[in-house]
Amino acid sequence: MRIPMTLFIEQCLNGIQFGLLLFLLAAGLTLVFGIMDLVNLAHGSLYMMGAYFAATFVAWTGNFIFGVALALGATLLVGMAVEVIAMRRLYGRDHLDHVLGTFGLILFFDELVRLVWGPEGLTLPLPSWLNTSIQILPGVDYSAYKLSIIVVTLAVAIFLYVLVMRTRIGMLIRAGASNREMVGALGVNIKLLYTLVFGLGAALAGLAGLMQAPILTVQVGMGENILILAFVITVIGGIGSIRGALVAAIFVGFIDTLGRAFFPDLLRMAFTKEVAATAAPALSSMLIYLLMAIVLVVKPEGLFSASGK
Amino acid sequence: MAEPVLALEGVETCYALSQVLFGVSLAIAPGEMVTLMGRNGMGKTTTVRSILGLTAARAGTIRFMQEEIRGLPSYKVAQRGIGLVPEGRQIFPNLTVRENLLATAVKRDGDDWTLAKVYALFPRLAERDGSMGNQLSGGEQQMLAIGRALMTNPRLLILDEATEGLAPLIRAEIWRCLASLKESGLSILVIDKNVGALMKVADRHFLIERGRVVWKGSSRELAAAPDVQHRYLGV
Amino acid sequence: MTGWLSVRNVAIAALLLALLLLPVYVELGGSRFLLTLFTRILILAMASVSLNLILGYGGMMSFGHAAYLGIGGYAVGMLAHEAVFSGFIQWPVALLASALFALVIGALSLRTRGVYFIMITLAFAQMAYYIVAGLARYGGDDGLTIYKRSQFIAPINLSNKIQFYYICLGLLFASIYLVWRIVNSRFGLTIQGARSNDTRMRAIGFPTYRYKLVCFVIAGTMCGLAGALLSNHTDFVSPAMMYWTRSGDLIIMVVLGGMASAFGPLFGAVALLVLEEVLSGITEYWQIILGPLLLLVVLFARGGIDGLLAKVRHRVSHG
Repeated sequence: MRIPMTLFIEQCLNGIQFGLLLFLLAAGLTLVFGIMDLVNLAHGSLYMMGAYFAATFVAWTGNFIFGVALALGATLLVGMAVEVIAMRRLYGRDHLDHVLGTFGLILFFDELVRLVWGPEGLTLPLPSWLNTSIQILPGVDYSAYKLSIIVVTLAVAIFLYVLVMRTRIGMLIRAGASNREMVGALGVNIKLLYTLVFGLGAALAGLAGLMQAPILTVQVGMGENILILAFVITVIGGIGSIRGALVAAIFVGFIDTLGRAFFPDLLRMAFTKEVAATAAPALSSMLIYLLMAIVLVVKPEGLFSASGK
Repeated sequence: MAEPVLALEGVETCYALSQVLFGVSLAIAPGEMVTLMGRNGMGKTTTVRSILGLTAARAGTIRFMQEEIRGLPSYKVAQRGIGLVPEGRQIFPNLTVRENLLATAVKRDGDDWTLAKVYALFPRLAERDGSMGNQLSGGEQQMLAIGRALMTNPRLLILDEATEGLAPLIRAEIWRCLASLKESGLSILVIDKNVGALMKVADRHFLIERGRVVWKGSSRELAAAPDVQHRYLGV
Repeated sequence: MTGWLSVRNVAIAALLLALLLLPVYVELGGSRFLLTLFTRILILAMASVSLNLILGYGGMMSFGHAAYLGIGGYAVGMLAHEAVFSGFIQWPVALLASALFALVIGALSLRTRGVYFIMITLAFAQMAYYIVAGLARYGGDDGLTIYKRSQFIAPINLSNKIQFYYICLGLLFASIYLVWRIVNSRFGLTIQGARSNDTRMRAIGFPTYRYKLVCFVIAGTMCGLAGALLSNHTDFVSPAMMYWTRSGDLIIMVVLGGMASAFGPLFGAVALLVLEEVLSGITEYWQIILGPLLLLVVLFARGGIDGLLAKVRHRVSHG
């Protein structure tokens, strides 16, 4: 089987880019669960809101950067509103209650979006200065936009690291993950901390959504599809661990992208054309779940479970 | 007595459906070290939790610096100037010693506790500055818990079973440190079982049995009443 | 107020009577649509009853239960597509496939607990969804039409809507009875014990993992049967039947109706589906109401309909 080197490199970069995007989503999910012990299914809805806001604001303002910044702010506000109105009442309850309650929120957001923006999706066209390719290696051109996604998400990952490991807020976040009652007993307003952490998670989800918007169609239900992947990553990486989320996300992004690109060819080598054609799409989707199954067998609590729990 | 730093009157508290405190009353004057003693399960920790608002008291008054604090969320109580060194130490295992001290630190004014001052009080902690909380020994964790509370610059320090499970040498060091804290003018409430050591350092004692204060008096009075000690403390 | 005549039991009896007499009502001039709606309710109630076994009684929050609806449904659909119409082959295949899937998924997922368990069952069900959606031969994303319902020996004819209704009703009763028997057996009590305190059960010496797995397989198989019924009912299967949001619907039915109660899932199915019908008559954006409503139920009416009925009895008998 001949795979041209350029194609391979391109797919590797796609894998990294997809993985980093998934990391943004998984980081928010794992942060909220680690600190507030809250399972939030509506995380995908915030991702969707980010995409919808971006498409709308960019169209209104005519400026990509400005529109995207507004979208991020809007998603942050929506996230904090959701926390104050709905999430606060769920803290301390059974996880099943979280699942059901946030599932209700998914229904609400999906329908709200359909009401406001209609059932047809939206598109977010790239501005010309991003809609080009850059030659990263001799003979290898890669989309400038996808490169910028990689750069931005890496910057966010570094920012998260610095925030959590080197600032006081980060200390409080980590302390709260191991003993939130004590943090309150020492004079810290936990409620406010929770709202901020949830807002941060919402912003991360929104950022992922708005960055993904130009690449995929913006449509109702886009959050649910990607939420599953975020869950798988959280399970593999270990709930509460951002480091785990990063490693798992890149790994998953890689396997999923490369798998979908090259697995059918691999199959074709071993089996007949019909069998390969039938099985390939199904099996490629399965790869991630197989990975998750393997991790489960070997280390049920995930690769990097959060300490102090 | 001058206006007490902390005054409890008829405090009643329940855990779920069972009542634990049936009207606890005590008072701490500024600069005093006061103990709350009693056998296990008599309500000592519940009293502490009621003061801090961790377990809501359902009746009675709790006044700190002449202000009613019953019903306030725990962070507001702590912000008004109560520093808690909880039972079981409860330092943050996933933070370093330095981070444990700095995370919840509060600046007030003038003669603040700083990292340097805490390390001067507990040189051993200075040596362990970069170690993670869960790598410390019991005694070191206790010192860290005390230092953490001091960093919030409290007017009242509450220590719940601060010497439990510690070797005698370390215990002695902690009593020494408490004595010096008292000398600096800090009001202190101590829950502990070491009657002997406490009688030397503390000013007054409250003995609690089944959710009520059954005896109160000075160290001299307690020393002169071995039958009281035997009855309520089992010594 | 003694046990038998409680508000709750009267409500149950009334509902059962209504269900039994519905076809009669329809024959006498009622809307045919009611028959279709309630057949669907019966089938989904059966699926909810199976979920209640592991969720309500067993405390296993599986978010992938709709996968078994799909497996059972596709067993019928795929075989029908290959011109195998005999129900005697289709339905056992449906049951077996569901049982096997439940065995494998359960074996892997039950190694985890709590949130992990929820996420993993969710992910595995999605995996099944993607596999099925990728099978172009069987319709892929668009689904597969079933031209001929499962054939059994005469006089059983599934295409007769009234007959089919009563078959579904009978199977629903059978599943409620089966779950009731299981739950009240020693096996069932162990499962319930494991729900409240798994560590202690294991300390006493019960191999809870094994018990939970058996429970999981039984529930999956029962739901697979419901899936076979569902595909017959709609004459159609598609991957959408097993999308994870459908699993959410099943959980809603169980919780809404009242967990760990024999008839709770039935109440839940009736309530949810009737509510959907009514609300969608009011506005096409009815989920905007359902979503927050669900949140409110979770916050304030956790015991579901069954719980509310039981409370009424309490209040009445205590004046």
